[in-house]
Amino acid sequence: MSDYRFIGAPVERLEGREKVSGAAQFVDDVEFGPNVHYAWVVESPHAHALIRGIDTSHAQGMPGVVAVFTGKDFAGLHFGLYMKDRFVLAADRVRFVGEQVAVVVARSPAAAQAAAAAVWVDYEPLPAVFDQMEALKDDGVRVHPELGNYEHVPWFFPKAGTNIAHWRKIRRGDAAQGFADADVVVDGVFTVPRYAHCAIEPHGAVALFDQSGRLTVWTASQSPHTQRNLFAETLAPLGLTHHDVRVITPYVGGGFGGKAGVTMEILAATLATKLRGKPVKLCWSREQEFYNTYQRLGLRSELRMGVKRDGAITALSHTLYWDAGAYVEYGANVVNAVGLSATGPYRIPHVVIDSLCIYTNLPPGGPYRGFGYSEFLFGLESMVDKASHAIGMDPVAFRRHNAIREGDVLAYGASMNPNGLLEAIDRVAEEIKWGEKEPPSSSTALVGKGFSLLWKAPAMPPNASSTAFLKFNEDGSINILISAMEIGQGVLTAMAQIAAEVLTVPPHKIRVETPDTDRNPYEWQTVASHITWSTGNAVRRAALDAREQIFAVAERALHIPQESLYLEDETLKCRTRPDFCLALRSFVISGIQTEDGTYRGGPIVGRGMFMPEYASAVSDPETGQGGHPNVHYTVGAAALTLEVDRQTGKMRVRKVVEALDAGKAINPRMVKAQIEGGLVQGLATVLYEDMRFDEHGRLANPNFTDYKIPTAMDIPDEIVPIIVEVPQPDGPFGARGIGEHPMLPAAPMVANALEDALGVRLTSMPLTAEKVALAVMEKEARHGQTA
Amino acid sequence: MTTITFMLNGERRSIAVEPWEILLDVVRDRLGIKSPKAGCNRGDCGTCTVLLDGRSVRSCLILAVEVDGHEITTLEGIAADGLTALQEAFLANDSFQCGFCAPGMIVTATELLRDTPHPTEGQIKEALAGNLCRCTGYRPIIEAVQSLGRRCHE
Repeated sequence: MSDYRFIGAPVERLEGREKVSGAAQFVDDVEFGPNVHYAWVVESPHAHALIRGIDTSHAQGMPGVVAVFTGKDFAGLHFGLYMKDRFVLAADRVRFVGEQVAVVVARSPAAAQAAAAAVWVDYEPLPAVFDQMEALKDDGVRVHPELGNYEHVPWFFPKAGTNIAHWRKIRRGDAAQGFADADVVVDGVFTVPRYAHCAIEPHGAVALFDQSGRLTVWTASQSPHTQRNLFAETLAPLGLTHHDVRVITPYVGGGFGGKAGVTMEILAATLATKLRGKPVKLCWSREQEFYNTYQRLGLRSELRMGVKRDGAITALSHTLYWDAGAYVEYGANVVNAVGLSATGPYRIPHVVIDSLCIYTNLPPGGPYRGFGYSEFLFGLESMVDKASHAIGMDPVAFRRHNAIREGDVLAYGASMNPNGLLEAIDRVAEEIKWGEKEPPSSSTALVGKGFSLLWKAPAMPPNASSTAFLKFNEDGSINILISAMEIGQGVLTAMAQIAAEVLTVPPHKIRVETPDTDRNPYEWQTVASHITWSTGNAVRRAALDAREQIFAVAERALHIPQESLYLEDETLKCRTRPDFCLALRSFVISGIQTEDGTYRGGPIVGRGMFMPEYASAVSDPETGQGGHPNVHYTVGAAALTLEVDRQTGKMRVRKVVEALDAGKAINPRMVKAQIEGGLVQGLATVLYEDMRFDEHGRLANPNFTDYKIPTAMDIPDEIVPIIVEVPQPDGPFGARGIGEHPMLPAAPMVANALEDALGVRLTSMPLTAEKVALAVMEKEARHGQTA
Repeated sequence: MTTITFMLNGERRSIAVEPWEILLDVVRDRLGIKSPKAGCNRGDCGTCTVLLDGRSVRSCLILAVEVDGHEITTLEGIAADGLTALQEAFLANDSFQCGFCAPGMIVTATELLRDTPHPTEGQIKEALAGNLCRCTGYRPIIEAVQSLGRRCHE
């Protein structure tokens, strides 16, 4: 039982009424009046080519056209979050099909689009590389001949003269010894293709560079402050500073990582600086949404695992070759994060991890809910099943035996945080009735069960921080100013609950709104599942700061010792004077009147900040040892019951269970909503979604007709979310993030269930009905059986 | 340009449109009604769903000239007198997260409940299959619609 009143309560979403009424404003809904200008980009039809020349003369004379820009107009303007390898407009070279080479600004979207088609670009096509293994060859295509000159964060290790943009190495223990100690060594190769986020709201940005020289950019973004920082850095050659740049982010119609960092927004911002006084609007089409923002990176992983007959994992060798695409300014950090964590939530004494970020001529790879963990867990958790089978041990018992525990040493040398992994395993196994066979619903169907563990740490710079301001109003209601973004996860409500708990003001009297970088204090980005923990800490501290001010002014005005004061039901009370009761609304703006008629105090304004001061990215590049790059891990377990038709391969998820250790669920209703929605998104990457490129590197299915995301018809029969709560010592009320985690176990648990049902092991995602049926046919042919 | 006259959320509106302009753009950009959203502009996602003479359509697939003399209702019209019972059910069931698909989803579900007050789960799923949601996994949306069907039974 908890003593909390608002923490852990199923509070209704603060912004719910706006969203169900249609009042919620997204960036495309903001009005800019009749002077708004529309931009449309000219895209490269080539995956790799030199630009010999661009003729804009015809386009410039077309009706409604205001200006046409090419890379020459923005020479030297390149950007990137962790590595500056991306260009506002391609200068002399294009590196993927769809890359922006010129842009038309016109009075209407139709005029801009028509003129873009009339821009003539003279290309010299170059050989292109679409496969990361091909890109590793010594004599092949070099996507970035200038790689050695790019500015990057100190914890990246690019190899100049190659396509390797970063190589994260982890060496712990003695792998040769670990494999020698093993009774059984198993290995496997797994491939995961690229995926698209498919937020229903496409990217959009409107920028206005006004006559006074101030640049304001309205964007659909998870990262308003990071955007301001990158806009200011990128446009510094034009004389802009952070002081001149303001980013305003209305509600975001789904992010999933796709709206983190900066992608197309830099174009709107840059164009505006050339068109003083004219709002410039750039909206991505659904097609562009697929191929010119970020895609999830593709992966080939090679694993080798050594185990003892008693069930202990002795060694792991995990090599990850990432297809990171044409620009890796953000995607290279996915590669880095996985390199640190590719052991999964297991205690393994001898570890070798190599995670390689490889340039290809496909669209830029970047953050996607899960940040690489879904991808590596497909291989790792498939191997865990394989290893357990090899020694004749139950896969759940094997996982339990090797599960990481508090205080265990992580692959990079730091120690594991408190966690409820064992509880998660046990509760999931019980709920899915692990070990019990279930009958199929037809004579051609079989039923299998699959299990998977998961973990993920926030991937962030060691000094990523969050801030909060909290101000009272005359009626005792509160406004909280933060720059965490509401992207559907419910952050506004969770933050209100945290402040409510400290100040006893109920959440429905607290308003939290989406940010404006001029008004709201700093936040790194709304990514990495770190907001509940990090911004939550900042909000809690702001509320505590406000409470201290309240106690202090009461002491000054009324001579009541601060130590005896406390808050209850929006009033100030005193432990030693039961009759004392002062409503917050009576003094939080106007102060407290003293005996002589003067006042003490004034408006109460709280301030809170959080930065994890123990984090460090400094480590030995050859071993990865020495730093503290991850603040903590959120762990969990999941299992499903899968019915599969032996003849058609068609699958139906009958039940799926997932337990996550939220530390403390600030709002259990919203945690369960994340689990339900995230599982469906994860299962879609296994069962339905399939990105196809043709031999020229052109995406063949950039739309919802051909790239199948689930509809209401395509969901599991039953989803059971389970919340485990082992407190995070430095989390607000013990909370840690769970936003990305629901997706992570989807692929391996389906693969493991398929093997349980059919005796076939699929190693290449997606696990479509076609692949399943073919694998069954092949197996039956091998065994001389008939179907 | 052709001048069209139609009822928009109960109000007679006249406007000159190009023959190629789609209803979604005219309603949003020229008449300022913002709840229908542009998600794909090819009829796949359903975020632009409005009622045309009471039947749900994707306003990105309707030419503005086609609605001359007809009646268009958006979520603003459905909720003109305050939130409907279905909208309240969306709140109670957390049937939205980012909220971008909610207007189209509610318009579609409103039509379903009008025509089929006690829909089965299968009928609900089929009716909503043309409205994509990437956040919720659909279950809370289905439950919101079911809760109203159940309420009618009582």
